[in-house]
Amino acid sequence: MSEYFHSVTLNREACHGCITCVKRCPTEAIRVRGGKAQIIAERCIDCGECIRVCPHHAKLAVTDPLSGIEKFKYKVVLPPPSLFGQYKRQEDLELIRTALIGLGFDEVYEVAAAAELVSDATRRLMEQGALKGPVISSACPAVLRLIRIRFPNLLDNVLPLLPPMEVAARLARAKAVEETGLKPEEIGIAFLTPCPAKVTSVKNPMGTEKSSVDLAISVSDVYPALLASMNKCAERGVGPDHSQSGRTGLSWGNSGGEAAATFTMRYLAADGIENVINVLEQMEDEKLADQDFVELNACPAGCVGGVLNIENPYVAVTRMKHLRDYRPVACNHIQGEKLPTELPWDAPVEPITALRLDPSPMKAMQKMQRIEAIQKRLYGLDCGSCGAPSCRALAEDIVNGYADEDACIYILKKKVETVRDSLLKLKIGDRDKTDEKDGCAR
Amino acid sequence: MNQSGLHYHYDVPGDDFSQAGAASSAVKQILKQLGLDPQVVRNMSIALYEGEINMVIHAGGGVIDVDIDDEKITAVLTDHGPGIENVELAMQDGWSTATEQVRGLGFGAGMGLPNMKKYSDDLKIDTEVGVGTTVTITVNL
Repeated sequence: MSEYFHSVTLNREACHGCITCVKRCPTEAIRVRGGKAQIIAERCIDCGECIRVCPHHAKLAVTDPLSGIEKFKYKVVLPPPSLFGQYKRQEDLELIRTALIGLGFDEVYEVAAAAELVSDATRRLMEQGALKGPVISSACPAVLRLIRIRFPNLLDNVLPLLPPMEVAARLARAKAVEETGLKPEEIGIAFLTPCPAKVTSVKNPMGTEKSSVDLAISVSDVYPALLASMNKCAERGVGPDHSQSGRTGLSWGNSGGEAAATFTMRYLAADGIENVINVLEQMEDEKLADQDFVELNACPAGCVGGVLNIENPYVAVTRMKHLRDYRPVACNHIQGEKLPTELPWDAPVEPITALRLDPSPMKAMQKMQRIEAIQKRLYGLDCGSCGAPSCRALAEDIVNGYADEDACIYILKKKVETVRDSLLKLKIGDRDKTDEKDGCAR
Repeated sequence: MNQSGLHYHYDVPGDDFSQAGAASSAVKQILKQLGLDPQVVRNMSIALYEGEINMVIHAGGGVIDVDIDDEKITAVLTDHGPGIENVELAMQDGWSTATEQVRGLGFGAGMGLPNMKKYSDDLKIDTEVGVGTTVTITVNL
């Protein structure tokens, strides 16, 4: 898979070339060129803000179809905690579990169960003093990519554990192999994704070389079929509860759940990409040194706010709260002293240098001088008509050779005016001079 | 690059905590874009932030001039505040003359000057009581 695979993509036909997404992109990764939005792949973090704000629904998340699971002999589905907040009709976890089997899966493995193991491991590592504080959660792939691009200084603070989705996939595969005697590659692991960032992290994982998830299927795609299946199961009646996770794991679906599970009082949880950036800026300046744990989610309210979910995130949080009330604190614990090998990162997470002007600081300084000279000539309105999010971004694009100063309509207007004025001032030779009497040019 | 390098000038308003840190934040963005060593970016950002906050808390604001060349980053913070009576004392961890009100906002922990010293390669303080203070922070590339 290419280094810059992204789930977020553009439907060219639907794009009007307005600048709504350009303005909202937190990494300035979108430009309108030739009347259509273009994503600068190395800068995109798949946060899905552009999908959220596009008035023409031209921004899409590429996900896998449900039918992709057919080719596997044994099919395991991984529902994320946030899925349990999507449906009104949901007396307990078992109904949704049974309904998932009704969709054609052989087994359900709750991501929330793996989340409880990640929480357990986090607590252990923090108690051992093995982590640099404040520890930043690594579960949201959009945030992790944002840190790699914009806050590489903070990578040392990131929790070096794989996200619950990945841990769940590894454990689910091992369990299925043991139970069925099939080969690992005959087991299909499908994750029901609430967001494009998790799709990208399946195709192009961070902290490991290859994801154990085979398919990332959008929650919005399975939503109607799952609803129908739930209705059918509810009529037939649901068997005894087999759900695998407690309050701890289910809380991961909303902002603050992961942080609370560290059992420290000194934590903060921020959600929504702008708030996340704000907190990271403060961390970079060492203003949050008194915190033990910082949980960051790119989506408002946490994973429930993922753009591929259906329900209003705040409604979903309330539902999940009621569901949790009847659950034990946690159902999954690490056995023994050592951390299971499924949990820690087994590949480094490196900075991405997509925002620097040039690999050579000297050349970068020269470019910076030119950018500032150009910026002075621009009008500072940040209107976006040129297709860049701000005058500053246009100046950067010009210096990097991606745009021309005439892309600015005010500069262009001034040029047109100059041309017009000089045309009007043109002296026409005597022979053709205006006749004084009737004022007409002959 | 021409000999003059990069220059930036910032006005820091006094007693406006909502804007405190804006200049150091802007400088941080520039240093990042220049692709400088993350450690250098971090050191300058923190030292400058502390200096900027000090100007807001103690001196009623002032100006910051930043110069970047191929060897170092220099930030000169100039204010016309009360000056520092005893620089040696002010350099001690935890020593602060900030009011209770300012501390209530989470500032004035007495780590400003010590942190500026810690994160810079060179720190120069010219101060005169009743006249003002000029602080020069240098971080080498």
